[in-house]
Amino acid sequence: MTNHSIDSIRAGLLKKEFTAEELTKQALAYAEAENPKTNAYLTFSPERALAAAKAVDAKIAAGQDIGALAGVPVAVKDVIVTKGLRTTCASKLLENYIPPYDATAVIRLEQAGGIIIGKANCDEFAMGSSNENSAFGPVRNPVALDRVPGGSSGGSAAVVAQNTAVVSLGSDTGGSIRQPASFCGITGVTPTYGRVSRYGLTAFASSLDHIGPFSRNVRDSARLLQVIAGKDEMDATSADVPVSDYVAALDGNVKGMKIGVPKEWMDGLPSETGDLIQAAVDQLVKLGCEVKEIHLPHTAYAVATYYIVCTAEASSNLARYDGVRYTNRAASANTLADMYRVTRDEGFGAECKRRIMLGTYVLSAGYYDAYYLKAQKVRALIAQDYAKAFEQVDAIVGPVSPHPAFKLGEKVEDPSQIYLADIYTVTGDLTGIPCMSVPCGKTADGLPVGLQILTKHFDEAGMLRLAEAYERSTN
Amino acid sequence: MKITEQEVRRVAELAQLALTDDEIVRMTHDMSAVLVHIDKLNELDTTNVEPMTQVLYEAEETATLRADVEKPSLSNSEAVANAPVTSGGYYKVPRVIER
Repeated sequence: MTNHSIDSIRAGLLKKEFTAEELTKQALAYAEAENPKTNAYLTFSPERALAAAKAVDAKIAAGQDIGALAGVPVAVKDVIVTKGLRTTCASKLLENYIPPYDATAVIRLEQAGGIIIGKANCDEFAMGSSNENSAFGPVRNPVALDRVPGGSSGGSAAVVAQNTAVVSLGSDTGGSIRQPASFCGITGVTPTYGRVSRYGLTAFASSLDHIGPFSRNVRDSARLLQVIAGKDEMDATSADVPVSDYVAALDGNVKGMKIGVPKEWMDGLPSETGDLIQAAVDQLVKLGCEVKEIHLPHTAYAVATYYIVCTAEASSNLARYDGVRYTNRAASANTLADMYRVTRDEGFGAECKRRIMLGTYVLSAGYYDAYYLKAQKVRALIAQDYAKAFEQVDAIVGPVSPHPAFKLGEKVEDPSQIYLADIYTVTGDLTGIPCMSVPCGKTADGLPVGLQILTKHFDEAGMLRLAEAYERSTN
Repeated sequence: MKITEQEVRRVAELAQLALTDDEIVRMTHDMSAVLVHIDKLNELDTTNVEPMTQVLYEAEETATLRADVEKPSLSNSEAVANAPVTSGGYYKVPRVIER
């Protein structure tokens, strides 16, 4: 029943085929009934949702403008705060945390008539790429229930793939929107750094964190991004750059668009994923795009750079979980030092501890220059690779992940191997350019694979246009 | 570069984590695996490269500044509502200084 798009809900509401309240009740009932299959929702918000739905119905009755997302059931990743609605970050530490304010993205989507029906499961503090690091149990991939949905925004991707929400919000620091979108066969968009306010996004790595949409078609992501994008005085890193009309941009032509395919990405790509990406590239040629091979020479250094920068920033950001202000406190803590240490040891899961430890190490006296400063310099080299590439092309396309969704438990033993699979996604975050995943077919086992599209800073319009043209031509 | 158990214990102290002995062993293994991969960056000469601390794009230097004006903020009770232990509107922590 929630196999709706934003447009079909709007049409249904305006034609009086259903009310927002009816649709919301159905969406909640369906989502609650289906959730045990995937564990994608951590919390449902029926009161908030029904109040928002009634407000939409009242506007329809009064003949007022109903807003761009009127009546649309939305899920919000549980690292994005919602006033009065539990926000756990999928961590035991914040099991009972009730935020006193709303994130800006949440305020904007509710002002546009969006209906938040619940909070989506994820990896703890958005650290992971399988959603197996949640303190409240893993999420299962709706496409193949014995497999992971990807991470860290695994729940946000799963609810959209499972039809238990129409669109959702996720966050991306090293691939956490694009990779789960790819694994679950849906669209996921990481906008330009600063395009969407992070006010109310629980900080993981502040120079890399983004909020972005998930949807079942490109148009819905464009509509949701339109609502949440733009300068916000509550976030000093939000960009004071005009927001394009993303939906209008979808109707543009992609003929003659120059597309680069990085040689360093295609070499060594496992054949099944590689064949699907190559077929997608061939399709872009059929659409009239001019495709050429390009080089991103520092590709092999991206993962190392990313895991220094992100862990360093994480170790600093996660220092606030100290048992004083908004976390559970270890019952056994009798001294201040114990309060910090035991609270944190009991509260954080293994992956968070690994990243805090690595980050603390690379920032510690004697190692700062060798690791953190070195990584910031290589980050500049990676950004130069992209700047040079975009002198020749309008967009870059390639894989999102070297492999499709893997089985639950298959990779938990070896974190360094999991990290290496982030090779195609981390550079988008390190450089801050917009990037997205759009479905480009399935493997012989029926597992979805995503095509990644990246454009210049603030060219979300060009990226979405290319994605939509590709989507339309393959449907 | 591999890391020793002794170094891991020192980092755990800096990070305010009370890791168990088992966790120290596992952490030493996991951190070493990542640090060995990270050594790859030493292949690159970055002598004359400016570090990139933030994502940069064309903008005024003062683009992120706003007027310093007083605005409503959280009430005291809202601000401390999520704390595990409070007293009289303050956060309460274990005694730090003996009387």
